[in-house]
Formats: sequence, C-alpha cells, structure tokens
Amino acid sequence: MRIRDVFAAAAGAAAGNPLRTVLLTLAMAIGVAAVVVLTALGDGARRYVIREFTALGSNLVIVLPGRTATGGVNPGSAVTTTPRDLTIEDARAVTRLQAVLRVAPVAVGTSEISVGGRLRDTLVLGSTAEFLEVRRFTLAQGRFLPVEDWDRGSPVMVVGAKLRTDLFGAEPALGQFVRIGDRRFRVVGVLAASGSGLGMNTDELAIVPVALAQAMFNSNTLFRILIEARNRALLDAAKSQAIEVLKQRHGGEEDVTVITQDAVLATFDRLLGTLTLGVAGIAAISLAVAGILVMNVMLVSVMQRRAEIGLMKALGGSSGTIRRLFLVEAALLSLAGALGGYAIGHAGAWVIRFLYPTLPAYPPDWAVLAALGTALVTGVLFGVMPARRAAALDPVLALARR
Amino acid sequence: MSTAKSERHTAAPESLAAPRGSGPQGEVGKTHGPQIELAGIERIFRLGDSVVRALSGIDLAIDAGEYLSVMGPSGSGKSTLLNVLGLLDSPSAGHYRLEGRDVTTLSANEQARVRSQRIGFVFQSFHLVPRLTAAENIALPMMLAGIAPGERAPRVEKALADFGLTDRARHRPDELSGGQRQRVAIARATVMRPAMLLADEPTGNLDRATGEEVMRLLEDLHDGGVTLIMVTHDQALGDRAHRKIYMEDGAIRRDSGRGAGQGD
Repeated sequence: MRIRDVFAAAAGAAAGNPLRTVLLTLAMAIGVAAVVVLTALGDGARRYVIREFTALGSNLVIVLPGRTATGGVNPGSAVTTTPRDLTIEDARAVTRLQAVLRVAPVAVGTSEISVGGRLRDTLVLGSTAEFLEVRRFTLAQGRFLPVEDWDRGSPVMVVGAKLRTDLFGAEPALGQFVRIGDRRFRVVGVLAASGSGLGMNTDELAIVPVALAQAMFNSNTLFRILIEARNRALLDAAKSQAIEVLKQRHGGEEDVTVITQDAVLATFDRLLGTLTLGVAGIAAISLAVAGILVMNVMLVSVMQRRAEIGLMKALGGSSGTIRRLFLVEAALLSLAGALGGYAIGHAGAWVIRFLYPTLPAYPPDWAVLAALGTALVTGVLFGVMPARRAAALDPVLALARR
Repeated sequence: MSTAKSERHTAAPESLAAPRGSGPQGEVGKTHGPQIELAGIERIFRLGDSVVRALSGIDLAIDAGEYLSVMGPSGSGKSTLLNVLGLLDSPSAGHYRLEGRDVTTLSANEQARVRSQRIGFVFQSFHLVPRLTAAENIALPMMLAGIAPGERAPRVEKALADFGLTDRARHRPDELSGGQRQRVAIARATVMRPAMLLADEPTGNLDRATGEEVMRLLEDLHDGGVTLIMVTHDQALGDRAHRKIYMEDGAIRRDSGRGAGQGD
C-alpha cells in the first residue's frame, strides 16, 4: 500500500467516527495544553524574577556581612552572626577602589513612624545620596537625600509611593514633618511607584541618611554595601578588589560575602528553571494518561472494526499494511491532539498574560517541542499494541461476525 | 430494465478476461494440470475438550474456468472449504496447490499477495466498508495492492460502468439497494482481475429477482474465463453450476466430476 494511501485511509477511518476522534484528540490536547500552560507559568515566573533583578542595575556588586560557603546565596538569608560587622568606614574604603563608580551603604531596621495622629510600623532604610543611582530608582516628586558627609545626616527623608499615600493621603507630602522613633524628619522626596523588588517593597520604604538610621537603631553596622562597578567588564575586578580591601580591614580574615548580580541571577534562574521542569514533568503525566486512552480507544476500535479488518485481509491486505493503518491512525489522532493542545495552551498562556500583565507567561520552546514530541511518541507507542492486535486478527472469525 | 443491464453485464467478462489470456498463470493452468489441487486436507477446530473435524480427507482438483457449486447442510464444512481455498484459513494437514504452487507453506505476507492477485471474494452480507463510497469500495483492493491512484481511477470508472453503477459511484453502501451493494462487492472482487471467484451464499441476503440478477452477473464473469466456486444452500442455484459438490460432516459425499455439465 502506498504511503499516501495509508495516510488517506487512516484519516478516513478517523473521520468515520467523529465522536471518538474528537474525544481522543481532546484528551491528547488537554495533556499538551497542560504542559504548555504550566511551563508558561513557570518560565514566566523565572523571567519575572530575572527582569526584577536586571532592574537592580546590571553592574551591581553586593557585599554581605558573614561568610557563606554555599554557592547559591539569597541576599535576604545571610543575616548571620559574623565575626566582624560591616561599617560605614568599610564602605568608604570601597569607594576609593579603581573599578568602583559608586557605593551606597545600607542599614535597615523597622520602626514606628507617625504623622499627625497616624501611626504605623515601617521598614526604614538608611543610605546615602548614591543609593538612588546605584539602585536605579526614580523620583516621583522632590529630591533624594542630599550629598553630604556620610557620618552626619540631615534630618530629611524620602518615602515610597505607597507609604506616602498611607501617611498623607491626598495632601502634599513634600515639606511635611514625620516622626520616626524619637526623631523628626522632613520629607524631601517621593519615590516613583515601582512594585516590589528583592523581597522588600520599595513602595513602602522610608529612606533616611545612613548615619541617622544607625543612630536610631543604636548600631554601627551595615546591612549591605551596594557597589556599582565602572562598567560591566570591571564587575569581577570590582568584586575582587572589594574582597581584598575588606579582608585587609578585617584583619586578614575574609569574613564577607560578595555577590554579583549574575551569581544571584544564575541561582534564581536555576531554581526556577528546575521548578518549571518539575511542573512540566507533572503535566507530562497527563500526556501519558492520554496515551493510555489512545490505546484503549484504539483497542475498542479494533474490536468494532473486526469485519473491516477481516475484509481487508481477504482483499489482499497484508498484516503489515493493517498494522501500519492503525499505527498511522493513532499517530494522526495524536498529532491532531498535539496541535490542538498547542493552540489551547497558547490561548491559556495568553489569558494568564492578560490577567497578570506583569508575568511574562510565554511557554519556552523546549517545553513546547517536548510536549508535542511526547504526545506523538506516546500516541504511536500506545498505538502499537492495538495495531498488532488488528494485524493478528483471524480473517475468518472477523468476517464470520455480523 | 433487464435488457439494458444484461447488455452491460455481457460487456464485463470480456474486459476482465482480456488481460488474463496473456497472464503467466493461464499457461501454467493449462500445461501443468488443474488450477486448484487439494490433497488430504484436514481442518480441525478445538472447542474446549471437544474436537471438531470441519474438513477431513478432502481431495479435490478444479480446472481453470470451472463453474462449481458446493452444497450441503449447515456445519458440513463448505464454508471452511471456501476459506481454505481463499487462503483465509490454513488446513491442519494436507496440501493445497494453486496453479502448481504449494500455497500452504507460504508466509502470511505471500498468502496475502496471492489473495490480492489471484482470488476474489463475494460474501453473503456484502462486507462493504460503510464509510467508503461505492467507487472507494471498488478501489480498495487496488489501494491495498499499492496501485497508483492514476491507474486506479480509470479501472474503477470501467468497473462502475461494467456493473451499471456509474450513477451510484458517490453513494455510500447505506444509500444503495441490496442488489446494488452486491454489484459493488462483485466489482470489487473482480477489479484485480483474479483467476478465481469465491462466492459464499452470494444471493443469501437478496430477494429472488435481485438474486437472479446477481447470479447472471457471476455466470457472465465465469463465461469470461474466471473459475467460479459458489457455496449455497439453494438447490436451484446449486444446480445451475456445471459441477456440483455435495458435502456432509466435513467430507465430500458426491462430486458430479471435473468438467461435468459443461456441455449444457
């Protein structure tokens, strides 16, 4: 039998029982769609995180107190007991390095903030004028912290967009006085709304000069030192120079962790990539189920079409021809299901993107190819048994029925 | 109506017979004895503990171009004999030589090839594929044999015309009358120009008039040179054959003899 005829006959047989064909195609389509949608979600999350990190500024080097031996570091998880704290002096020493463009020391604490009668807890971040540039924040109103001696801060503050609304409502915020702990600050600027980044929601942040923050929290340690390298090529140089100078200052002991954004990014990339893979694996189970369904339906179909199979044998069809007919039919059904599922999956991903515009939920190419491939392979694999059974059918018995 | 049809029918055998004269088996059949030779054929079925001898000790020689009827009560083994002759069933013992070649030892694929090239089947219940049109049903054996679509089309066209089905070409079996269905089935059985036609109660599902029409069609094909072997219950139909075989309990009880009745 000619290959074209095999395909035409198999397609004809599939079309001859539309309900069966539609149900089978649907089962396969749901499996493929599940893979496409779930990997779109997983990969969307990965891209989202990467985008957030990139927003940090790509030449960023972050210094954390303490030495963590493990490679993957979450910047929020390294608040450990350290032999020697990071200080403003450390940060100042880093500014003198050749590969370094800007440095922003960061101290963090939670404090009560009040204006008028209103009172709330908020995250207070102490830093310097450089912070705005290093973190690539933009201001909605006013100015940022003034350029001044790091050890003497003026009592001014910059508030995040949400905090501004919470505290002042519709009233103008600039020039207002706010009490944090037992100190008074004048609001000089408001950050543009940016959403959350790096675990701390910048929209709810109050930023004050680092010296005042340290005084307020009664400590002289820093949470982080943010370093911006002169350019991307000098990123590694900035990293090693920073380690070198801090090691010298800490009595020859390398008790800090310096991470570049690339390292953090790679960790998240790996983490979320694995997650996506796991989710894809779970979704692939539905493909296997669909494959078993293909086998069942094809087996039933072989039984229903006994007379036809017997007839084809009587008319000179060889076992091989009949096996091929059923295999091709299973493959065509799987292909139709795979393509249908591909379309449904993309539609689903589109709906997710429509509902959550911040999440770039596009299915990765590898997942789409894997889903289509798995659908076809399972369809054909599970089609083998019914096809063999059809080919082995005794024509006399098959024709005797009816 | 009947005259128009019989004209068309007489045209059929000529066209089907024409290419066979030059075929290799024509000479084989003539020079090396009978076309079909069964020797010591046994067919035993096991149903649980009991053993059923559907065929026992069948010796039968059939010449090319014979017209033979097989009769006998139900369970006498006549259908089994037809299945063995058509290579649908393999004998438990004995030898079957078709055109000088022992076909019992052939592989399944080689047997399929022989069925495709040499044997045409006509069934009581027609066995048309319900989702295919008349034309597609007729083309089925050619498609299975791997004949190119370009060659299939004119042959289907001709078969439809020969059997008076041209205006029914695009109809599916459920839109055809019983007689038309059996004509489609016969067209399908002969489209590969087989050497023998095996008919199992070909008129069993038809009324008298339509049955008569189908019988004439088959006899016209026989006149064109095809060996016609027909299993039937109907004494009147069986008597039309030139050679009559009567079976009972899986054995041939009476055989009017090779070539018998060819003169009438």
